Formats: sequence, C-alpha cells, structure tokens
Amino acid sequence: MNDKLMDLRFTVNGKPYELKVKPKALLLDVLREDLKLTGTRTGCEVSACGACTVNIDGMAARSCSILALQANGREVTTIEGVADGDKLHPIQQAMVDHGAIECGFCTSGMVMSARALLAENPKPTREEIKKAIQGNMCADSGYAKYIEAIEIAAAKLRGGE
Amino acid sequence: MVETFGEYSIIGKPIRRVDAKLKVTGQAKYAADIEVANMLWGFVKRSPHAHARILNIDTSKAEKLPGVKAIITGKDFNGFKWGWSNPTRDEEPLATTKVRYLYEGVAAVAAIDKDTAEEACDLIEVEYEPLPGVFTPFEAMNEGAPLVHENRPGNITVEYHWNFGDTEKAFAESYLVREDTFQTPRMAKGYIEPPATVAYWPDPNRLVFIGAKGSPYFPYRILSRCFKLPLSNVRIIAPFIGCDFGGTKNDMTNGDFSAVMLAKKAGRPVKIVASQFDTLTTDLRRHPMWITMKTGVTKDGILTGIHNKIVSDGGAYTRMSPLTHFLTGICMGMPYHLPNFKHDVTCYFTNNPSSAAMRGHGIYHTTFARECQMDMIADELGIDRVEIRHRNLIKNPEPGTIYETINGVHIATAGTEECLTKVAAAVKWEERKKKERVKGNKAYGMGFATGTYLSGTQLSAHNACAAIVRVCEDGTVNYLTGATDVGMGSDTVGSAIVAEVLGITIDDVDIKRVDTAYTPADPGSYGSRVTVLAGEAAINAAEDAKQQLREVAAKQLGAMQDEIVFKNRQVFVKSNHARSIPWERLVRMACYDAPGRVIIGRGHSKRSTDLHTLADFSTGRGDIGTNYSFTAQAAQVEVDVETGVVRCTEDNNVIAHDCGFPLNTQAVETQVLGGSYHQGVSAALYEEFKMDKGLTLNPNFVDYKRPRAYEAPMTEVIHVITNDPFGPFGAKEASEGSTCSAPPAIINAIHDATGVWIKDLPAEPEKVYWALKEKKEKEQKKKKK
Repeated sequence: MNDKLMDLRFTVNGKPYELKVKPKALLLDVLREDLKLTGTRTGCEVSACGACTVNIDGMAARSCSILALQANGREVTTIEGVADGDKLHPIQQAMVDHGAIECGFCTSGMVMSARALLAENPKPTREEIKKAIQGNMCADSGYAKYIEAIEIAAAKLRGGE
Repeated sequence: MVETFGEYSIIGKPIRRVDAKLKVTGQAKYAADIEVANMLWGFVKRSPHAHARILNIDTSKAEKLPGVKAIITGKDFNGFKWGWSNPTRDEEPLATTKVRYLYEGVAAVAAIDKDTAEEACDLIEVEYEPLPGVFTPFEAMNEGAPLVHENRPGNITVEYHWNFGDTEKAFAESYLVREDTFQTPRMAKGYIEPPATVAYWPDPNRLVFIGAKGSPYFPYRILSRCFKLPLSNVRIIAPFIGCDFGGTKNDMTNGDFSAVMLAKKAGRPVKIVASQFDTLTTDLRRHPMWITMKTGVTKDGILTGIHNKIVSDGGAYTRMSPLTHFLTGICMGMPYHLPNFKHDVTCYFTNNPSSAAMRGHGIYHTTFARECQMDMIADELGIDRVEIRHRNLIKNPEPGTIYETINGVHIATAGTEECLTKVAAAVKWEERKKKERVKGNKAYGMGFATGTYLSGTQLSAHNACAAIVRVCEDGTVNYLTGATDVGMGSDTVGSAIVAEVLGITIDDVDIKRVDTAYTPADPGSYGSRVTVLAGEAAINAAEDAKQQLREVAAKQLGAMQDEIVFKNRQVFVKSNHARSIPWERLVRMACYDAPGRVIIGRGHSKRSTDLHTLADFSTGRGDIGTNYSFTAQAAQVEVDVETGVVRCTEDNNVIAHDCGFPLNTQAVETQVLGGSYHQGVSAALYEEFKMDKGLTLNPNFVDYKRPRAYEAPMTEVIHVITNDPFGPFGAKEASEGSTCSAPPAIINAIHDATGVWIKDLPAEPEKVYWALKEKKEKEQKKKKK
C-alpha cells in the first residue's frame, strides 16, 4: 500500500487548513476523521445517497467519491459552516419550522444540495428543486416537506431577510 | 385523569421537534460519529460461502501484522447462543462450526486503524467444506433437502394453524369464492445509516456500549448473558439513530458482539462501523412471502370467510420470525367484519440472510393480498370498489362499547368508514370513475385500499414501560424514558406530554438519549408501541410529580388540592384565577421549604391491561395491541402502456388515517407522508433484493432502486379523530397502518388504468410490460374468433 503522505491545502468553512493525507484518502474521510466534522455523513459510499454532500466552490459535491487531494486549493463548505453562529440559515430554519426532518441522517446533505441550488438559482421551480435533491436519498420524510421547505427558504432569501 | 381545562396548550398542534436544531446543523451525533480516547477500529471477517462447515481458522499471519491489537473467533464466546426468545436461541455471535448465509461473520480484528484491521482480516485463513444449500422455501420444504439447522427437521422456522368459525361451511354457502396467490418480495429495511458500535470496558466487570440501537434494552439483556455481567453493570447508550424500521437496529449484529469482545481482549475501546455493502448483504430483510388467500362473499359482496395459506422465507436464523408470522394473521378480523377465519402459515429456514420485522410488520403481506382481492371480487360482482369496502367495514363502536373480532381482538374506536368516505370525496371518485382511462400512450387509474395496524404492542414478559419526571429547583424538568426515538419524533411528543400535564412549555423539558444506566427499562421502538405506551407512562410520571407540587400549592394558596390548576407556567385556584403562584416560585418553595424534599414523579403504562387479554401465539386469539389505527387511501398512477413504467401522479394521492388524536400534527403528517406512503410506493413499484443462490445481486443504492424526490407524490393527509379511550390523550399509532395500505392501493390503481393484475410486488416496468402484452394478445385472439 502506498502510504506516502501528500500535502493538502484547502479552506473549510472559511478556515485555511494544511494537512498531510494519504493519496487514496477520500474528502469525506478527511473531513470526518482528520477535521472531526462529523456532520457530513457516511451513507452509501457510492455517490448514490447524498448524505455526504458538501459544497466545493459553492457547488454540491459528494465527498465520498472525491479524493481529498482533488479539493486542493478549493473552498469547501460543510454543514457545520452553514449557520451564522447561533442563527440558522433560512434553508435550515425552513426545514425546522416546516417539520421536514425526521431521523436527520440525510438532513446535512439536503441542506448542502439546497444551498448550492439557491446560490445559483434564487427562484427555482418545483421541478428544479426535485432535480437538485434527486441525489439525496431520504428514508422517512417522503421528500414532500423538504421540497416545500426549500421553496419557503427561497422566497425568504429573495425577500432579502 | 388528565386535567384538560379547556383546550390543550401544546399537544394537538404542530410542535417543533426538540432535536431539529441539532440535526439541521450537523451537530447530532450518530453512532459512527462517536469517538473515545485510545480507540481502536474493528473489522469483521466474513464467509465467502452461503452454507459451509468451518474446518479450521488460522489467525497466525494476521497476528503478526503490525498494528493489530486483538483477534477473535466465534470460539471466544464459549458456545453462547442468542435469539428472540429462549427456545429460538439459534445464532452465535460469530459462527464456529458452520456458516448459514453468505458473508456471515467468522472472526474479527481490532487494530490501530481501519485499513490495518481490514488487511488483517484478509490474512486470516479459514478452511471451509462447502455444503449444498436451500435458497427458497420451496427448496427448503422438499423431502431430503439439506438442513440449515441439523436439529430443525423440515427446515421449519415457525408455523401457526388457527381456526375460527367454519370457513369450509362458509365457502360452501357463499355466492362467490376466489382463491389467488400474491407475492411480497425481499426488501431492505431502508435506513441509510449503516449500523455502528463503540464498546469499552471501564473495568473488567463493567461494559459501556454505544450503538445504533432502536431497542437498547435488547443488547442490555443479551450482552449481560453473553458476558455474564449483572444488568447493573451493562450500560447501553443510544446516540441519534438514522432510522431503523425494524430488525437489525432492534437486536444484534456480528459487529456488535465483535466490538465488545475485541474491546475486552484488547483492553481498549473498539469501534466497528458497518459499510453499506455489509448492511445490504447481511442485515435483516423483510420476509418474502407467498400468500394464497381464499375468500368467500355473498352476492352483495359481504365477506363470509377467509382462509390464508402462507409460505415464507425466514433466512438463516429464527430472529423475530415467530412474531412476524403471528402478525400476518392476528389483525385479519379488521377493518372488515369477518365471521369465519382460518390461517395456515409456515416459515422456512433457507441459506439467505435472515428475515425480520419491517414497518407494517407481518400485517403488510396479508393486507396487500386482501385489498387486491377485494377489487377482484368487486369487479366480478359488479360492485363499486369503494362501495364493497363500505359494506364490509366495522362501524366505529359507540363510545363506551367495544367491538370484538372473531379472534378476540378488542377495538374501542375505528374511523375507517370516515377515512374511506373522505378519501373518495377528496379524489372525486364518483366523477373520476366514469372518465376515460387512456390518453395516448398513457393510462391513468385510481386505486383504493384500507388498512389497520396495532399500536402499543402488548407482548408477555417484555412490556415494561415507565417514565421519570424530575423537577429541578429552577422549574426546569428532566424527563427520563427508555423509549428510543429512531427518527419518528417520540422524544418530542414525550416532552410535549410532560409539558402539557405540568402546564409548562416544551422548552422547560429536557430529554436525553436512552442510557440504560439511568433510564427505565423499555422494549424499544417496534410495533408502533412508543407513543401509546411511553406516552401514557409520561402522563403518569408527570401527574405524580404534579401531585407532589399540588400539595405544596394547596397549602400556600389555602385551597383544596383538587381546586389547583397548572397552566401557562402558572399555578392557580380554579374558582379564582387571581389566587396564583408562578410555576418557578412554587417549585422553589417545594424544594426549599421542607429539607430533603426532591420532586421526582414516576409512572408506567397500564391502561389497557384490565380489559385486554394477551395474545396467544398458538391459537391466534387475544390482543396484540393496546388499540388499533385505521387508514383508507387513494392512489393515482400513470402507466406508460408502451414501456410498462408506472409512476404515482403528483396529485390525487390522498391518505385519511385514524390515529385517534394526532398529538403532534406536523410530525404525524411527515410520518404518514414519508414513513408510510412513500415506503408504500417504494414497495409497490421499486424495491426488491435480487438473489442468486444466497448472493445479493444488488447490494448498493445504485442497483437497489428506491424512490427519490422525482418519485415523491405530494400526498394529501387527512386526520380522522376518534379519541381512543386506551391511548394517551386519545392517541393511537400513526403511519404503520398506511405503510400496509399503500402497495395494494397502487396495484389496484394499475389495474384500474390498464386491466392487468400485478400480483407479485414490485410492479417493475418489465413485469407490467409483459402483462400488458399478454392482455393485448388475448384480446386479439378473442377478436379473431
């Protein structure tokens, strides 16, 4: 096994990091094991469930299928970097208020997919919302309340609040 | 009695989940997120054979790998076996002499990191003698078939033969008798979080186990026996849990036992996290069943009798199969009046991964068969499909009266009639049924189904359910329960109940995750038991604490005790609200005025036990639930008649359900949408493990299809309130019943759209395509003649 460590320089939740990582290390494992950011969940390990979704340079990405070194020089945002201190992001607030969350295991990924969507498209149609979270599997919410929560959050963000 | 005093302050409305903020910010810790100092990683070595004798295990090479700290095999457990109940203890923590399903664990390693542990497992050499296996119940029942367990002749896991009334006589006198066979597939439980465990031994006689367990008191008992520890020294802590839906997170895995034994041997904490591949190849699945249902009706479509013959695949070990198969029949007397009933069900051992409980446990299979057959009968008799159900439904019993089914199940409330009337109206069935079904290459159809489910499961010897309410001197409250929230929201509803009874806010109430060192024993999350039983325990504990405070308040306010009211964080005299003390002040007085006084309320669930008789598995008679929920639903599908692809339309999917009284309307809706309707869609159209001689061919979420946002109908939920006298504040279970009624509603809708019957789930495009083709060819032949 080639365990030669390599340099990784990237920004996570606004904070610069310099790490030494194995070339085969996945971004997901570096976030969870090295940076202890366990809010990004390990679900299916094959890019199918979306529980590990983070934002890289603002775009939604599955951290289970990206080598940590591919994030070199990039800006990564995880669920821990979404709220403004104690104040929830409007997407988070809408999911809480609208009762979208059940077991919560998919929630981090849902928030990160929605965040990437609304950054790019402030007024998404219902179809566009479904497309954005199509890669986020949820076992128990039935998606409907997540979809509605994202609509509520989009409206609120457009309102400039 | 609970003091209602006008409207409820908290319950019966949307209540924000107590854990929502932790979950939405990623701070909630699930088992895989737990880390303790000096922790090692464990890995399980698994068998490459579905059925084989273990001849030898050589760990010498693995022992020499740097970084390896402990290696165990099944022999380390000294012959310990475990199971659902005493007579069914047939499984070892790790197999010692024989493996019975593919990837069964045979050894495990703890090492300094995950890679080293995995590499060491590769270095363990196991010598096997492969054995011929049995992979369907039909192979297993053959004379001379290989035995999965040598001491279980005929490979029979469990069988029940019940008889109520006289079905043969009923059939002889019926206008129409139909017999149809339906099939339900092997399904994944559907949780995304793979099971994970951290175990450590603070001293040689004390165990701490932090694991994704929906029923922490199962491992509490099992590990106590396995490691010969007093229960007082077994500490099971439940972190947040990423769903369960029955089965694997209820009891134990190879990884759970291995983490504990490795931690003992290495003298360090050990963490084992299952991969999704492990989860989808070795975790418990829903039983595949072949249900032959024979039903008699009068000319008017009134049921005269039902006789079920069911064959089921239990997989390698007994696990929960005795309960599953009992449940296939126990609720047959609902929601329709059934005067004669016979039930023959047999579950067989096979060399497949074990089957077990899954949402809609047992009842799901027979509900599917009955509701599809009901439409077949309606069509044959020329009766409307909603009408035939109305003719048979049990009427909601008058308050104070009880309906008893033919097998001695007691129902105090049944809102099915109202549910069915409301869904039929919501989808405008009377207009819609006359409309043309086919538009171009698409056909549209509407299907109906009703369902029932038990709530507050009553099982002998495993019913303890209690709560402790500790009032702190500043007026805040610790609520302790052994009931485990696996995602459904019971922590929220329990806290809301405590706040409602004490007249305070939900923010005043703190609930922690289950910890067997502090919380009262509880069977855990299954059988829709938590809200009904733990909810009642919470009421009783809060009432006990309130009584202690009421004595102080009566003295302070110079009033009779029964005049004291607790509401809106005020305590006052009923006849004169001005005579009051703020909640916080009263609590402080109570805690400070008598040295030594601490306000601790305790209570347990007991309401139903006077009337109800515990269910008898051998005869099928008695009460399995404290009360019973009822559902009716309508599903609309769009069938592509060229490709066979079926999807639920975004609108016209409606569920009306009778959960007695919804304590948290928001949580109930989300549960009904996702926890049941969506899972029902999944079962009807997508999900099935494809197997080849014990090998799971689709063990990942790419090949194992589950519905996603695009496949989610924006279902309408209608609450029907019946206020059940046996539930806390009138509540019954919500949403397991509708898991059962969704698949038949969808299959009935496909039939309504196209005229074809898909009797084996799921209705995959290929199945629908061939069924449509066969129908077309038959019609063309008819024309030629």
